[in-house]
Amino acid sequence: MTPGDVAQVPLLQMRGIVKQFPGVRALDGIDLTVHPGEVHCLLGQNGAGKSTLIKILSGAQRPDAGEILWRGSELVLARPSDALRQGIATIYQELDLVDGLTIADNVYLGQERSRGGMLDRRPQRRATGEALRRLGHQDIDPDSEVVDLSPASRQIVSIARALVHDARLIVMDEPTAALAQAEVDNLFRVIGELTAAGVAVVYISHRLEEIRRIGDVVTVLKDGRTVATDLPARTTPTQKIVGLMTGRAMERAFPQRRTPAGDDRPDAAATPGAALLEVHGLALDGVLRDVDLTVAAGEVVGIAGLVGSGRSELLETIYGARRRTGGQVLVDGRPLRPGAVTAAVRAGLGLAPEERKAQALLLDQPVSRNITLASLSRFARAGWFDRRAERLQAARSVQELEIRPTAVTRPARNLSGGNQQKVVLARWLLGSTRLLLLDEPTRGVDVGARLELYELIRRLAGDGMGVLLVSSDVTEVLGLSDRVLVMRDGHIVHEALAADLDEDAVLNLLMEGSPV
Amino acid sequence: MSDAGVTGPTVAEGTVAEGTGAAEPPPGPVHEVVAAHPARSGLARGLRFADAGLVVVLVLLVVAGSVTSDAFLTGSNLRNILVSSSVIGVVTVGATLVIIGGGIDLSVGAIVALASVWATTLQTQSYGPVVMVLCAVLVGAGAGLVNGLLISYGRLVPFIATLAMLVAARGLAARMAENRTQLVTQDAIKRIATTDVLGVPALVLVLLATGLVGWFLLERTTFGRRLVAVGGNSEAARLAGIDVRRVTASLYVISGVCCGIAAVMIMARTTTGSSTHGSLYELDAIAAAIIGGTLLTGGRGTIVGALLGVLVFTTITNIFILNNLSTDVQNIAKGAIIVAAVLIQRRTGTRSSPAPT
Repeated sequence: MTPGDVAQVPLLQMRGIVKQFPGVRALDGIDLTVHPGEVHCLLGQNGAGKSTLIKILSGAQRPDAGEILWRGSELVLARPSDALRQGIATIYQELDLVDGLTIADNVYLGQERSRGGMLDRRPQRRATGEALRRLGHQDIDPDSEVVDLSPASRQIVSIARALVHDARLIVMDEPTAALAQAEVDNLFRVIGELTAAGVAVVYISHRLEEIRRIGDVVTVLKDGRTVATDLPARTTPTQKIVGLMTGRAMERAFPQRRTPAGDDRPDAAATPGAALLEVHGLALDGVLRDVDLTVAAGEVVGIAGLVGSGRSELLETIYGARRRTGGQVLVDGRPLRPGAVTAAVRAGLGLAPEERKAQALLLDQPVSRNITLASLSRFARAGWFDRRAERLQAARSVQELEIRPTAVTRPARNLSGGNQQKVVLARWLLGSTRLLLLDEPTRGVDVGARLELYELIRRLAGDGMGVLLVSSDVTEVLGLSDRVLVMRDGHIVHEALAADLDEDAVLNLLMEGSPV
Repeated sequence: MSDAGVTGPTVAEGTVAEGTGAAEPPPGPVHEVVAAHPARSGLARGLRFADAGLVVVLVLLVVAGSVTSDAFLTGSNLRNILVSSSVIGVVTVGATLVIIGGGIDLSVGAIVALASVWATTLQTQSYGPVVMVLCAVLVGAGAGLVNGLLISYGRLVPFIATLAMLVAARGLAARMAENRTQLVTQDAIKRIATTDVLGVPALVLVLLATGLVGWFLLERTTFGRRLVAVGGNSEAARLAGIDVRRVTASLYVISGVCCGIAAVMIMARTTTGSSTHGSLYELDAIAAAIIGGTLLTGGRGTIVGALLGVLVFTTITNIFILNNLSTDVQNIAKGAIIVAAVLIQRRTGTRSSPAPT
């Protein structure tokens, strides 16, 4: 494994990789070439295709088209164990260790050494101990259980697993998200030692300062395509990288903000109404601290934040789905009880959560029942549920929001992402909702349906609905909102009118903590 | 940003057409949309595909029964089958609702035993038959409430909470009865098992009434909608503002009430109250619900299906007894039917909706 031997032949070549999901083309021709001993950084906004690319590299998903060359010959990864056997290890954001097993058992999980059917644990322990020593962590005992380890130590165990299985390529997905500064330093030292030994690292992070510190080359992804590759990590100007990530030529149009032109209700729409939602000093242990914000009727407020910034938790805490540990939430000046979703809904709040399928929809139930879920009592007549009224109302919603297919009896599972999102919105529009909390409203939604959602959201605001939306897509936050809050590490670090911000400024705030 | 205004709408239309896939009619007047899909309403919905399959199984069993035994297709034998189904049927109604709501109730048999014992103590009997019935139902409701509170507010796993209740309720029943079988002295209670109303045994009518109430609750009330939502996706239900804990707790109370009613029926049939009543009812009820098309993970199921499931099991037992076959063989056949039913449902289930990804 000396660096010189194989430096000419790229370790990994991916060409024209395509991956299609129902309704979304996640990867649309990715090219990526990784050489031994380099730290290859992948950059791209949310939805650019990074996670799908990782899943393909780890064997969790198979590409629909394109080829992967591994040390010069074609590679087919049918399942995750194939990747590890070939020498490709992936260290996930959520570390995939089994709590009840020892460290050594975790390292060998799925690749156990056995003698005559009996688990042979001694060599496993020895090799694990060696790998941990190599990583500078003699302090971790291979026989201790994973459950007691800190996030940083867990990461070290994952890397040890890669080493034990002789990985030539280690994919790290946001490895520093859960680490303190000293632990980050140690991780970078480990990465340095690995690359010195010829191991290549594909490094995914949003934090430019990290990429500057340890990266060799940068590849930028956008909308499932490679838009630039082999950029020098240390010297490429931030502006250029950010420009590539956002794409200079805008491909999306956002509906007009609340400007008077052509509006029938210039008075009602031109100035935001009284504060509908007020949040004072909101805290959630270990996630949010001292968050203040207001949303007025008819106003769209956007929160920009990276993964781990606490943006989803903020919405969920306001909504009562998480019990706040401090601060106040007022709707129309009346305080909301902490941790009480039912009360929040009654007060006029509605949440369209990030994980639509897991958190919002009854996938096997008809569209009509999904729409009426939050306002069932509306259809009850003296204990009898009026199903005809329900179907009529659902059909009306389907028509209003142009949900397709129009048959309200179809199970929600059969709808595309955009139409599923409309179903969730329809649910809240049926009730007496006056403030919508939208968490990544266009995730998993294709471009055309996005435009429809944007128009719908603006229209709702025009009718006096308050909207608080969270998105990691900076273009979306800027294009859709009247006012923008930038979130970092559980705190709001910047607030401005959307008109006064541009993407570069927001991205800089997100990635480096200061504007430009 | 201005170019996008030109390309945007075109893309939008393209994706919409793609997204719908099938040739859906364009959004027409609201009434048309509803009228185009009337099939799922009313009775048609009550008798779904899974139920139709069970009806076929029942017919086959009837054929098998009449071929193998002359005594099978007689009025008294069919009546016998229905009466034998009545007690476990009532228990199954409650247990099915619990399963649809995403839980499981292992304590039904034990609650039946406890309620039967409590309602037949000398003291309870001294107050007369009405108090005995009330006592049984209240004991059932109380035990169900304990289950429900432990699960929804105490955050115990349903399996564990109701397993504990299974053991504890039988223990309590044995202690109250001092391990003796208590005789029912009130004739009014005994008469429940021997009375016919319009030619139908009263026990069967009780089952029909319970089934009807259960069906109504599930299909025609907001509570029914909520419980299906809680069972199908409790997180989505919670975020839609549904009080998931209250729905869950109520379900176990309902199941307990069903057990209380079943206890009165078993008291009438056997003229006793005993800590051994309702033995293995939990397994029979769950099995009936499952072969009736109820998803063990919750969110889907029907009362009609579960009751058909009960009928299938009782009919098998009946045929085996008529043919003097041992209960061992009978149990093997039951096991095979459970597996076959679930396998068939999975096949049909995946055909109607795309496989989970």
